[in-house]
Amino acid sequence: MIPTGWRQVGAGVWLAGALVLGFLFLFFVLPVAQVFITAFLDADNSLTLSHFGAFFGQALMREAFTNSLYVALMSALWASVLAVPLAVLTVRFRFRGALLIQTLGVLPLIMPPFVGAVALQLIFGRSGSLNLLLQEYFGITLPIMEGLNGVVFVEAIHYFPFILMNLTVALRNIDGAMEEAALNLGCRGWRLFGRVVFPLSLPGFVAGASLVFVKVFDDLGTPLVMGQTNLLAPQAYLRITQVGLEDPLGYVISVIMIGFSIAAMALSARVLRGRDFSTLQKGGTGLQRRELSWWGAVAAHAWVALVLLVTLSPHLGVLLLSVAQVWSFSPLPDAYTLQHYTTVFQESSGMIRNTLVYCGLAALLDVVLGVTIAYLILRTRLPARQWLDGIATASLAVPGIVLAIGFLRLFKGVTVPGTEMLITGTWVAIMLAYAVRRLPYALRSCMAALQQLHQSLEEAAQSLGATRVRTIRRVMVPLMAGGILAGFVTSFITAAVELSATILLVSADSQAPMSYGIYLYMQSVSGRGPGAALGVLAIAVVAVGTYLSHVVVERTQGLTAHNLNKA
Amino acid sequence: MKRIFKHTAIAALLAAAIGAAQAGTVTVVTSFPKELTQAYKTAFEKAHPGIRIEILNKNTVQGMAYVRELPAGQRPDVFWASAPDAFEVLAGQGLLEPIADLVNKSAPARVGAYPINPPDFKYLGQALAGYGLMWNTRYVAAHKLSLPRQWAELVKPQYFGHLAMSSPSRSGTTHLTVETLLQGEGWDKGWSQILQIAGNCASITERSFGVPDGVNNGQFGIGLVIDFFGLAGKYSGFPVDFHYPDVTAVVPANIGLVTGAKNKEEARKFIAYTVSFEGQQLLYDPKISRLPILTPEAMAAAGARVPAGYPNPFEIAKRAKVQFNSDLSEARYNVVSAVFDQTITFRLKELQAATKAIHVAEAALAKKPNAKGAQLLKEAREAAYTPVVDTAKVADQAFLALFAANKKDAAVNKGVTALENHWNTSARQNYERARGLAEQALAAVK
Repeated sequence: MIPTGWRQVGAGVWLAGALVLGFLFLFFVLPVAQVFITAFLDADNSLTLSHFGAFFGQALMREAFTNSLYVALMSALWASVLAVPLAVLTVRFRFRGALLIQTLGVLPLIMPPFVGAVALQLIFGRSGSLNLLLQEYFGITLPIMEGLNGVVFVEAIHYFPFILMNLTVALRNIDGAMEEAALNLGCRGWRLFGRVVFPLSLPGFVAGASLVFVKVFDDLGTPLVMGQTNLLAPQAYLRITQVGLEDPLGYVISVIMIGFSIAAMALSARVLRGRDFSTLQKGGTGLQRRELSWWGAVAAHAWVALVLLVTLSPHLGVLLLSVAQVWSFSPLPDAYTLQHYTTVFQESSGMIRNTLVYCGLAALLDVVLGVTIAYLILRTRLPARQWLDGIATASLAVPGIVLAIGFLRLFKGVTVPGTEMLITGTWVAIMLAYAVRRLPYALRSCMAALQQLHQSLEEAAQSLGATRVRTIRRVMVPLMAGGILAGFVTSFITAAVELSATILLVSADSQAPMSYGIYLYMQSVSGRGPGAALGVLAIAVVAVGTYLSHVVVERTQGLTAHNLNKA
Repeated sequence: MKRIFKHTAIAALLAAAIGAAQAGTVTVVTSFPKELTQAYKTAFEKAHPGIRIEILNKNTVQGMAYVRELPAGQRPDVFWASAPDAFEVLAGQGLLEPIADLVNKSAPARVGAYPINPPDFKYLGQALAGYGLMWNTRYVAAHKLSLPRQWAELVKPQYFGHLAMSSPSRSGTTHLTVETLLQGEGWDKGWSQILQIAGNCASITERSFGVPDGVNNGQFGIGLVIDFFGLAGKYSGFPVDFHYPDVTAVVPANIGLVTGAKNKEEARKFIAYTVSFEGQQLLYDPKISRLPILTPEAMAAAGARVPAGYPNPFEIAKRAKVQFNSDLSEARYNVVSAVFDQTITFRLKELQAATKAIHVAEAALAKKPNAKGAQLLKEAREAAYTPVVDTAKVADQAFLALFAANKKDAAVNKGVTALENHWNTSARQNYERARGLAEQALAAVK
């Protein structure tokens, strides 16, 4: 995908690049640098690299690095095992319930903080429903949630939708003519899939799998809840949040994690480099959908049912918890009640609106930035354009609390013009933090979508006299819609359950989103029920939001296609 | 859709701006649960119409960062949390104002040997809490565990894999419990006991709330928790119970006035209210279940109905044999945290394996005594349960000074991390050696 010569770097491109870079610097690089500088400073504020030496000298840190790498690789592998068959079944075959899979397959990403962990323990934990039943009937227990493999289990069922969503979009974008050509040449079955279909969908798969890898590598919530401290992210977090001790090593670990995450993303980009995945025909014939044989159908349904049962059991757990009076050391709750929902509706209705506003705006910002960065990287010769990708991706490795402290520090004393209100005291700060933290998700989807779009479509539009902006607006964006939507949805739903930056940036009860509300409830013994109820509402709200965004995009896509036809 | 967003956005922005500008609003940063803060907010606002309380719930670390990072004049007014160490840090950074005149004069000066208010009155003790044992009755019955009454019982083999506790570096109260044990039993013997208890733990939780949460779930059988977690779980209907061992630490949860607060006068009124009789009475609410800083006799005399069987912290503290030395605790504060994390939290897997092997060998030897086996087991116990830092070292001033120094200093950090690495690796080797010795002991019996 080499930009052609007639496309010089124009003023518009420079401007777009400057705007994106400005945003990233103001709301990500500078705030985070304010905090991370500690990793490079001696006590007298002179620069030093000695803290990095302290890191490499520790056996524990080397062990943590190996553990993190193991967990991230295994999670990406198992997430692929879950996601690839689901994606292929729904796109390649006439499969009843395909829509259901597409919708339910996103739900695992919406695991509300704390509630999700409690529900997982109640189902799969050492005294969870599964183990209590196994113990009662067979006298055995399975250590599902123990050790590093427990972390892999939870991460895989939590993050496989990243692969599912991106791969589904990629498979849909493949030109049916490619498959027909292969079929004509006598290639079918597994060979067709392995030689033609899967390779063509590789950008989507790599986008998803690399996200899972980096996300798991940097994730601290899951290992901490499961009591696994010997991984990099928990080691950094435990040091950064220790009372009264400013420990540079915590920041050193974070800086190393950022470097590694960028390297991993660059590596995944390298895998795809030099190959062409784009196909010309869009919107017309996609891949043929074929019938499954009877046995195939049975096996497929059984697999889908099993996968959905396992991946959605935390949600089932949250649902049960939200209507349970007391649930402790028993396969199912003792008694049921709707009281928790009443409590939540009385106390927290404003939070739902806040979540929708913050996450909607943040996701919107993310796809705008994502499309722009993807365009700059793949379609222009802007110098150092790869850095935009690197910087945006780095935010995956920055703990939320670090970004939030950076915001407070950088914008200290800066007020909203015309008022005495601090900028960091408004909800805008929360929204921006979400946008920065979830940008990598949207960016990966947008990059994958653009990689599959053949350049000649734009050239055709431009040779017909369309300006560059018009080409982007009327040709590229509509054709990338699937990927953009996937990006919007992932940003939106993962922002809805963001907690670490939220806790620090909320400066009034009226600003609190649902994730904060859940946290509040889960801080107290009697708040578990209402917390779960709010969790169920969060899942429902996000699911409805996801569905609506599907509808909106499909409608605008339909309109555009219609207009194109008219023109 | 976009337009709706925009309008909501502007409306919300205006609402936020107006809300913050309202006079007479006291902003309270707290780590306490909603039941407690809501009860105080409602009662105080009723007693003082015209003053509004805005509660900002953040965990202790984030709350401290929030106060520190805001410019003076824009900071919240009141900081309210458990851990005394968090208040010490804030006071050390000049973020708390002395409030000696707000002290409730009818409260005793000390609970046991521990002063309720610090000598400089940079913050005040607001409620008392003691550490104890909490268990899940269903779990304990299902695993046929006997109910522990004292800390020392937790080292027994029957509790292997059924306990949970937090770490001193994560929770100020856990730190205090560990320190109390160390002072009560002496450094070496204290650590030996802590290591044996930790070896029986299923998990060292990252949040102190993780322990009661897991016991309520039935994930852990017995947890080392602070009393109100246990009591609140019980009163909320969970199948759990709570017991104070004879030796326990009773400490105050605290409240402080932030320097550079927006509404100082109103904030002072709120703080005075929380330590007054009216404020203390709220603690008896079953969902809150904390202990007043006034004696039960004083509470009853003032007209409060003290719930039957309610713990009396002053009696509990009196029973404690330890004269808690807070200077000693402060001098080795970071050392205790670091030793615990490097040899227990980060090496739990190896410690558990060693402990299990020791339990197995011990059981076999009890059935079939064997001199060689007994000797090997003794060595195994020594290898596993001897602290990596000995009594002489922890009395060494230069050593303590290193851990009290600024870790930003490259030389200091290098020294500290080198020591931590040494402890971590020796702990790992010790546990692996202990496991090997215990397995040899078992083999000697067979």
